[in-house]
Amino acid sequence: MPTARLDVTAGAGEVGLAISGRLDAAGAGAIWRATLVAAGRARGRTLRFDLSAVSLCDTAGATLLLAAEATHGGTAQFDGLSESAAALLLRLRPLAPATAPPASPPTPGRWQARLIADAVDAVAFLGEAALAVLALPRRARMLRPRDLLRMADAAGVGALPLALLLGFLLGLILAFQSVIPLRRFGADIFVADLVSISVLRELGALLAAVIVAGRTGSAYAAEIGTMKVNQELDALFTMGLDAMTFLVLPRVIAVVLVMPALTLALDLAALAGMTVAMRAFGFPLAAVLHEVAQFATLRDALDGLGKALVFAAANGAIGCAAGLAAGSGPRAVGEAATRAVVGGIVATIVIDGLFALILYRLRS
Amino acid sequence: MNGAGEEIVVDVMGVAQRFDGRRIFENVSLSVRRGEVFAILGGSGCGKSTLLRQIVGLQVPSAGAITVLGRAMPRERGLVRSAIGVMFQSGALFGSMTLLENVMLPLEMHTDLPPEGRAAVARVKLGLVGLRDAALRLPAEISGGMVKRAAIARALALDPPLLFLDEPSAGLDPITSAGLDRLILDLRRDLGITFVVVTHELESILAVADRCIMLDAAAGGVIATGDPRRLRDDSTEPTVRAFFHRQAP
Repeated sequence: MPTARLDVTAGAGEVGLAISGRLDAAGAGAIWRATLVAAGRARGRTLRFDLSAVSLCDTAGATLLLAAEATHGGTAQFDGLSESAAALLLRLRPLAPATAPPASPPTPGRWQARLIADAVDAVAFLGEAALAVLALPRRARMLRPRDLLRMADAAGVGALPLALLLGFLLGLILAFQSVIPLRRFGADIFVADLVSISVLRELGALLAAVIVAGRTGSAYAAEIGTMKVNQELDALFTMGLDAMTFLVLPRVIAVVLVMPALTLALDLAALAGMTVAMRAFGFPLAAVLHEVAQFATLRDALDGLGKALVFAAANGAIGCAAGLAAGSGPRAVGEAATRAVVGGIVATIVIDGLFALILYRLRS
Repeated sequence: MNGAGEEIVVDVMGVAQRFDGRRIFENVSLSVRRGEVFAILGGSGCGKSTLLRQIVGLQVPSAGAITVLGRAMPRERGLVRSAIGVMFQSGALFGSMTLLENVMLPLEMHTDLPPEGRAAVARVKLGLVGLRDAALRLPAEISGGMVKRAAIARALALDPPLLFLDEPSAGLDPITSAGLDRLILDLRRDLGITFVVVTHELESILAVADRCIMLDAAAGGVIATGDPRRLRDDSTEPTVRAFFHRQAP
């Protein structure tokens, strides 16, 4: 139920707005738009408020009166205002916004500028990382073995169950989806070759990299981002510790060290999944193993593992860079983690494409 | 220095607080009159903030009764929610919102003001605390003193007649702290707001408080009550003298 009421009377040279009731936030809300519309229509004429029936006027009510005066564009007459409300109006007059401030206009080229700034940051990060690697012999004390082991454990052992599960399901689904169409051509036994080669060369490393981006990269970004928000990075700086050597290098080294084992575990789980599917379609185990041994080579596995190392380094570095670039406030950590995951997955796909191109050139 | 009336707006009668059987304080009574600035003083750990939480209905006292604007707390807290404003020690601004959005939030939840009306009222509140030009900044982008002032603006959003401030000057430099003291007095003068201030900042107490009570952890309750300037000058109680004269008791 509205606690304030507005009556408008329009004459030739004057518009009268009679307000009654409580002019607090609830009352002002009930008549806000009607009052401003009437005040706008009164432009060029005298705007006169009759406030003798107002029982209370607080800052919300006074803001409404001042907003109406601003909308009218001239000085309004406030009749019947109580002494305290008049004093309040006088006090708030310099504070009331004349008009709503315009939203900041979109700056042309803003996203391009952001893109360039991000690219510059990435190059600077790589440069700093390279310098930190070169300076590592002098700063070896900053690379603490216990931290390195803890990080390797979190990135590798912690991710192993997930890698085994996803690898097994990948092999199972790929084999299942491939057997049905290839059976029509009598080529279903070759599913073992197809799945094993694609997993060892490509999919194993790719899926392991996605796991690392989602688990490890985001964790690095959140850890370092939180440290930055809590001014721990500033504390490191004041203690003469280099964040790149103390925080980034151990994390990147840890994830690079565990990535081959993670990828290999995922590859083997995928081959196991594929074997289970093939057995379900009636192929003897010996036939499946024979196909895999005949077509999949050590070189396929090494190609995959080599790519996995680069994926790991990229994802670890991107996670750390996102953490170091975190802003301030509670949103910053979440944004850093998101940037780490998105950036890591995009970088993985781009690097994979480059590998495909380079390996094709080298072997053709 | 005060324009206080006789109407009691906060009445605390013999409250106590225990945590896991451990006594924080007991038998604390006080009454706050409309229009005055009332301070709750004491050293760290004496239960000042706990008493404030009891008064605003965030904590149920182990014993005793509290009324705020004639309503029993915390049972009738919902009936006085829009009539009291609380500024927490950290400011407790929502970090993902600008200062303007922080101040607009109570208006959005509790009034039918249209968005442009909410923004106009919120800008006026920010103007009252001297933050009109910082309306679109995030809490993380402003200083500690500005956070406290923004928190006061948010507490003022619904024009409450009663404002509770928990350690408004804590962690601030003397100039910013003095600015906040002046703000409290200005708001009391211009808007007729009654203030209950929890603090241990001596300069603030002497600058703004009309009356005060002093809690003491060792005594487990109130050890002094009255005009802080008279307590400073006349009290013979060792802890009170130590507090006001900055000496170890």
